[in-house]
Amino acid sequence: MKINTKYHGERLINENEIITFPNAIPGFQDEKEFIVLSLDEDQEFLVLQSVANSQLAFIMTSPFRFFKEYDFTLDDFVVELLKIESEKDIHVFSILTVQDPFDKTTVNLQAPIVINTKNKLAKQVILNQPDYRTKHPLFSKKKHKVVKG
Amino acid sequence: MLVLTRRSGEVIKIGDEIEITVIAAKGDQVKIGISAPKDVEVFRKEVYDQIIAENQEATVDVSAVMGFIKGTKKN
Repeated sequence: MKINTKYHGERLINENEIITFPNAIPGFQDEKEFIVLSLDEDQEFLVLQSVANSQLAFIMTSPFRFFKEYDFTLDDFVVELLKIESEKDIHVFSILTVQDPFDKTTVNLQAPIVINTKNKLAKQVILNQPDYRTKHPLFSKKKHKVVKG
Repeated sequence: MLVLTRRSGEVIKIGDEIEITVIAAKGDQVKIGISAPKDVEVFRKEVYDQIIAENQEATVDVSAVMGFIKGTKKN
């Protein structure tokens, strides 16, 4: 099927590429279907693009690239909701709040996007860990450390 | 909004499966116990609102800095 995207123009996608958020994304209750598109060759930055709404797109990155010690435990409820059988099937991304200039960009470590790559079910998980907040500088001087707040 | 007065240890039931227990009250702070089915997510409202606000902020158009994102420009 053909969809319009925010950063990649018109795009031909396979239905099996579609990632479903059964509980939607907080703030966007009508949008449950997304696809992941790459922004750069290294796939360091990705776009979580809504299938239905071309203007709705989040920029994401792997939090582990920037925060080596990033770690959290998924609630049983999420494991059941996403039908997760193995940790290997999971991809975790963090949404960026991109700023101009780009080096002021922040990353939301409190609400990671968890995708079960096996069945393409996903959820934005809200963590109750005080170390992880919504605005961690992506390029802080202590680049690989989460600043405790 | 329904307003109920409860003492410490007393419970409010919402539907069949959700119970709210007042554990303790001291000054303007109330400690509340919530028992709900696993698929009912419970958050402090300000935390949930903050996630919504951050998500909305994160959807702004980033075309202006796309060169940096793609790594073709360096800071």
